Amino acid sequence: MATTATAPQKKIVGGNFLIEETNPRDVFTPEDFNEQHQLIEQTAEEFSQQEILPNADRIEHKDFAFSRELLKKAADLGLTSVDIPEEYGGAEMDKVSSAIIADHIAKQGSFAVTFSAHVGIGTLPIVWFGTDAQKKKYLPLLASGEWVGAYALSESSSGSDAMNARAKAVLSPDGKHYVLNGEKMWITNAGFADLFVIFAKVDGEKFTAFLVERTFPGFSVGAEEHKLGIRGSSTCPLILNDCQVPVENVLGEIGKGATIAFNILNVGRFKLGAAAVGGARTCLANSIKWAKERKAFGKPIADFGMVREMLADIAIGIYAGESLVYRTVGMMDAATADIEKGSPDESKLIRKAIEEYAVECSIIKVWASEMFDKVVDNQVQIYGGYGFVEEYPAERAYRDSRVNRIFEGTNEINRLIITGWLLKRAMSGQLPLLPAIKKLMDEVMAGPSFAEEDERKLATQRKALENAKKIGLMVSGAASQKYMQQIADHQEVMGAIADIVIEVYAMDSVLARTLKLIESQGEAASATAVAITDVYFSEATSRVEAAAKKILADVAEGDMLRTQMTILRRLTKAEPVNVIAAREKVAARVLDAGKYAF
Amino acid sequence: MKILVCMKQVPQKDAPLKLNESATWVREDVGYEINEPDAYALEAALQLKEKNGGEVVAISAGPARAQTVLREALAKGADRAIHLEDDKFVTLDAFNIARAMAAAIKDEAFDLVLTGLQSDDYGYAQTGVLLAELLGWAHATIIMQVEAKDGGIRVKRELESGYFQHVEMPLPAVLTIQSGIGKLRYATLIGIKQAKNKPLRKVSYDEVAASLRPNQLTIEKLYVPKKTKQTEVIQGTPSEVAKKLVAKLRDELRVI
Repeated sequence: MATTATAPQKKIVGGNFLIEETNPRDVFTPEDFNEQHQLIEQTAEEFSQQEILPNADRIEHKDFAFSRELLKKAADLGLTSVDIPEEYGGAEMDKVSSAIIADHIAKQGSFAVTFSAHVGIGTLPIVWFGTDAQKKKYLPLLASGEWVGAYALSESSSGSDAMNARAKAVLSPDGKHYVLNGEKMWITNAGFADLFVIFAKVDGEKFTAFLVERTFPGFSVGAEEHKLGIRGSSTCPLILNDCQVPVENVLGEIGKGATIAFNILNVGRFKLGAAAVGGARTCLANSIKWAKERKAFGKPIADFGMVREMLADIAIGIYAGESLVYRTVGMMDAATADIEKGSPDESKLIRKAIEEYAVECSIIKVWASEMFDKVVDNQVQIYGGYGFVEEYPAERAYRDSRVNRIFEGTNEINRLIITGWLLKRAMSGQLPLLPAIKKLMDEVMAGPSFAEEDERKLATQRKALENAKKIGLMVSGAASQKYMQQIADHQEVMGAIADIVIEVYAMDSVLARTLKLIESQGEAASATAVAITDVYFSEATSRVEAAAKKILADVAEGDMLRTQMTILRRLTKAEPVNVIAAREKVAARVLDAGKYAF
Repeated sequence: MKILVCMKQVPQKDAPLKLNESATWVREDVGYEINEPDAYALEAALQLKEKNGGEVVAISAGPARAQTVLREALAKGADRAIHLEDDKFVTLDAFNIARAMAAAIKDEAFDLVLTGLQSDDYGYAQTGVLLAELLGWAHATIIMQVEAKDGGIRVKRELESGYFQHVEMPLPAVLTIQSGIGKLRYATLIGIKQAKNKPLRKVSYDEVAASLRPNQLTIEKLYVPKKTKQTEVIQGTPSEVAKKLVAKLRDELRVI
């Protein structure tokens, strides 16, 4: 139920959510979709329902000619070119539109991956880093779906540590070509892509990106991998055997390949989050349908409390996921609103603006991929024995979801990025994390305060969120003090700090959306959203507390540990919420609607 | 060919419908969509324009939310739109809606008006026919195909039992279009972008009020039919049972 409210305009500093109280009015939510967004959503949704889903089996059987045809059809509608400037044949729209498409195209795991590899990592490097000549040559072909794009970074011996790539590029004696040698692994779309962004080290040192056409001499594609999931997508190794790449096909600057690789991943990550949300929506619709049809003990299993709990959890995951994804792309759009269209450095400025939210992109990636894994697990459980066999959709979704925690940077790498990025920003003073930690420590040392009671809506949740932020600051401070510059070597601590930061951003986004809903539609109409918020907060605060304990026990001992545990207990003290009743409210709503409906 | 397409916003087909407090209509808090037969009317209009040139104008009567229908029509290729915007239009019967639309287009010279065969909510199948009467134009219903021919049109009508009728008609005319006669196009992203800048004329209730008459049709009460189940056990010898069963099937249920 979208309103025509104007989108938030305020430019937000990346990572700011951890320090300041968020004003819901600065947060973009799905309820803020304008008419264009709604129409794009409808086109993407109808395309998926009518063109993709009925052909799921063809896609799964690796009918790549068909997948290409489908990609072309999507391109005819403009769905593949939302991030491409108009002058190069693109539809060029905002990042909210981009996320809406990623979300609603993701009805079938394999095709969702084919599609997103093409429009994201296969195309964006050229949009952002290509010369005018490269853009003119390749973007119209990619925008129209005549060509399919792919991206080749990983190698058999380097994945997360992509900079250790062994692929090598040497300038030919006549200075006209780079000669590439080496191999690449797990390349999505490799079986049928026409253009590859390939990373190799010039003279074995300078990490650089190249635009390699399939037909270039010395380029070949290996055999299809046999995968756990997304079996209808193409994944092959590439072999570069004296592959000749014209010098004009160097993408970006020599030795600056890392900038390309990391920037592209930001977009890949928020889109992966959007796709996970879309996938979860399909799982919920299937699960509801099944729970209503399947009878046990003489009634539909949708009548049973524990089944309803699982349905509610799926819906809660979708609501929170939407809140996270659309808030983040909304911030990107607000940050890029003033960039002049068609200006020579437009692409660069957009890329920079997105980079500001690198930590939010990593959070979305980790959170949404783990949410989706729980969703597909619940779906299999709801389907019971039928969930374990291939004829029903639960089994495939279960397998397809798993890769999301691996590609676009493993969730472990992303956790390190989240904590590392925040600490780096804190050290450089870009994000006033250290003053915030100091303020908090002064505050807790001063003992409990008797501030006036907060009479605003959802005051309990506001308090819980404020405390979660404080816990995040406290443990970050304690861990930094203990390990100083060596903190990066303590991955478990870095990971646990990330867990808290991730939950804080999720809680912050969920609460902001619900508060906005209450403001626009009133409390009665927002009852389900409040129930969702209640359940989410209850679970998230437990996770925050557990992560904090894990960190504190590692970084402190004796009296220090006891003091910090006292503070932690004070910050986590709360009356238990009736999550059974709250989940029941959510389940009743989605069962009544027959789908996710907010 | 200048074509007007009448479009209605109706509750989504898969939306769970709940009655409003006075039990006269469904509650407002449902999702809405284009009335499906109207979507086919739009498609037919766009195809005629592609073949013969001209202009396609979409018109809808309803509250502010109905503008979504017009934006969708514009995104799919309509050139401009007319929105009779007021909550009160929802309360009008088909005759008055036809009167309001006729009044709204009185200064325009359309060659053809297309509407869906009927609406998916009320299902009166009246608006198009009444509009033709008010305009004094020829009309034909349940149309499956339209083509321009010798300054007029040739249409294919669906009759019963798989029969069709081919009719040649003069212009101007009103046609009511059957649902499912082809494949609907999607709104492209470029179309969606362009729709924003296409003209959308708003017509207020007051502007057409003089043409309206008291409703001849009002809904007193809506209710959801109660599901009832009755089981009757026919007893006797097999031949008696068979006889009774045949009698019931023939005389009561009239299925044989």
